Amino acid sequence: MEALRLDASFVDYLLVAAYFGVVMLIGFAARRRVSDSLDFFLSGRSLPAWVTGLAFISANLGAVEIIGMSANGAQYGMSTMHYFWIGAVPAMLFLGVVMMPFYYGSKVRSVPEFMRRRFGTGAHLVNALSFALAQVLIAGINLFLLATIVNALLGWPLWISLVVAAAVVLSYITLGGLSAAIYNEVLQFFVIVAALLPLTLIGLHRVGGIGGLIDEVTATDGPEQLSSWPATDLSGFQSPVWSTIGIVFGLGFVLSFGYWTTNFVEVQRAMATKSMSAARSTPIIGSFPKMFVPFIVVIPGLIAGILVPEIQQLKAGQPSGLSYNEALLGLVRDVLPNGLLGVAIAGLLAAFMAGMAANISAFNTVFSYDLWQTYVIKDRPDSYYLAVGRWATVGATVVAIGTALIAAGYQNLMDYLQTLFGFFNAPLFATFILGMFWKRMTATAGWAGLVSGTLAAITVFVLSEAGVFDLPGQGAAFVAAGAAFVVDILVSVAVTMVTQPKPAHELVSLVYSETPKEQRTDPEAHRLPWYQSPTKLASISLVMVIGLNLIFR
Amino acid sequence: MSEQRQHAAGAFDVRNVIAGLIGFYGVVLVLMGLFGNSPAEQAKTGDVNANLWAGIAMAVFAVTFAVWSWLRPVVVDPGADVAGDDDRPAPH
Repeated sequence: MEALRLDASFVDYLLVAAYFGVVMLIGFAARRRVSDSLDFFLSGRSLPAWVTGLAFISANLGAVEIIGMSANGAQYGMSTMHYFWIGAVPAMLFLGVVMMPFYYGSKVRSVPEFMRRRFGTGAHLVNALSFALAQVLIAGINLFLLATIVNALLGWPLWISLVVAAAVVLSYITLGGLSAAIYNEVLQFFVIVAALLPLTLIGLHRVGGIGGLIDEVTATDGPEQLSSWPATDLSGFQSPVWSTIGIVFGLGFVLSFGYWTTNFVEVQRAMATKSMSAARSTPIIGSFPKMFVPFIVVIPGLIAGILVPEIQQLKAGQPSGLSYNEALLGLVRDVLPNGLLGVAIAGLLAAFMAGMAANISAFNTVFSYDLWQTYVIKDRPDSYYLAVGRWATVGATVVAIGTALIAAGYQNLMDYLQTLFGFFNAPLFATFILGMFWKRMTATAGWAGLVSGTLAAITVFVLSEAGVFDLPGQGAAFVAAGAAFVVDILVSVAVTMVTQPKPAHELVSLVYSETPKEQRTDPEAHRLPWYQSPTKLASISLVMVIGLNLIFR
Repeated sequence: MSEQRQHAAGAFDVRNVIAGLIGFYGVVLVLMGLFGNSPAEQAKTGDVNANLWAGIAMAVFAVTFAVWSWLRPVVVDPGADVAGDDDRPAPH
């Protein structure tokens, strides 16, 4: 069995180098503050909504999205579309319409910060620890994918590729790539589209257009792979009714609302706009490209199932040199000529690196300020915590090499990632939403709910691994997320009933009903034209996504 | 920087940087399509000169972005609330 090898030429490396040259230049310029124009683009609360909307999508269009969703497309077919049309767009619209006014008005800067102000130290400690752990595990996924590309280009063994990839990410963070994060994300979005759109079009051409794709998929896998509902393969449920419920509640509600509304890497992009209306528009504008991203991510996965011989073998259940995670790279290898190959490599490297850098820096912040400063060594000067942060960055990168090896053990990374989200995001979402809208909820209920929700998800995972019940697709993750959510709510309500709530004046700007209306509305809102009005844009987006669901049912 | 007045973001406007990079990719790909096209690569793409067409599309896109940023420049206002703290509610 041959390992995957990309045959890159000098021109391809030139195109990759051009991208990193631009990123490094922006990083240097940002650090030395050579231009107030650049300052403008980097600073908070000044950007137009289309820029932050694209950054919002781009911050999420990383390894998970590109590799995971194309792997899913190759394995499960069109039902992968649920991750976009059920699992993302509705939650993004909810974030823009309901949650964003509250975030923007109350200026909460991170999820642990909200937890501490709302529930005190118990919930804060639990949340900070689980957040730090989640970031290191997800950074491992990004690092593993980065190493896969290094390996495919240069043919080095996995562990050397991992170490090299980690070193590259460290230098990216140190050289200021991250300080220009929003700027780079917008740039990166266009490079990724420039890489994946030609890949999709050429792939479609090779299989004989859309008609050819339909015929080929129907002939090899049957028509189920072409319809998105009821997705029994994806969820692992035999019954179509339960499969639909599992997807709508588990993926569409708990996992996706949990991810989009509590993910502060995402929310911070919206906080960088100049007005409340622009902040609300950010996820809503982002939802438009988001609903079309699957056409250049999932469709190439489907095409790879036809054109790439190793993926064909996988689908036929034969031994194969590749895993589903390499479906997209396999298609890149077989379809793109030198030149476009370089654009593709640049886009993929950019996405994984930015994704991992974001995980590491989020870890760094939570570790040095939320954990070290709060619980270990207090009251030192700021320079001390900056130094701690630098060591945390190096430490997290080293640990990520270890967690990358866990990720390497999964045939389809989405299975792994959705399991992680079930552990971390689902209980967090339950506690968050309850704490925001129910002023009686007590501090003890905060941490007790989080802990019991996470334990519930882990219990479901262990039972499923032990074979007590069998859900072969991503259904176990959906069930775990649903269990975490329900248990968290039940425990929180029960504990609240027997403990003492916080006084109302401590809950201003933390609980919806206690926050004055002027803090969460934009006085200028009624003057905006329709294309800048968040609610009107959200309605258009909702109609479009329902239409897509109907067309591709 | 108090002596500075409002001005366009110029070269650091993110649209110009995008136009520059994608435009460069477009030019290189067009050259690859014209001079580097081999039968082996034609077989990969199914007899389409993919580099040439993708290169042209990227060049057109880059020009569109440059024109957009030239027609509707982003105005930098040095007095803007860049720290994001001006509208923070007063402490109680």
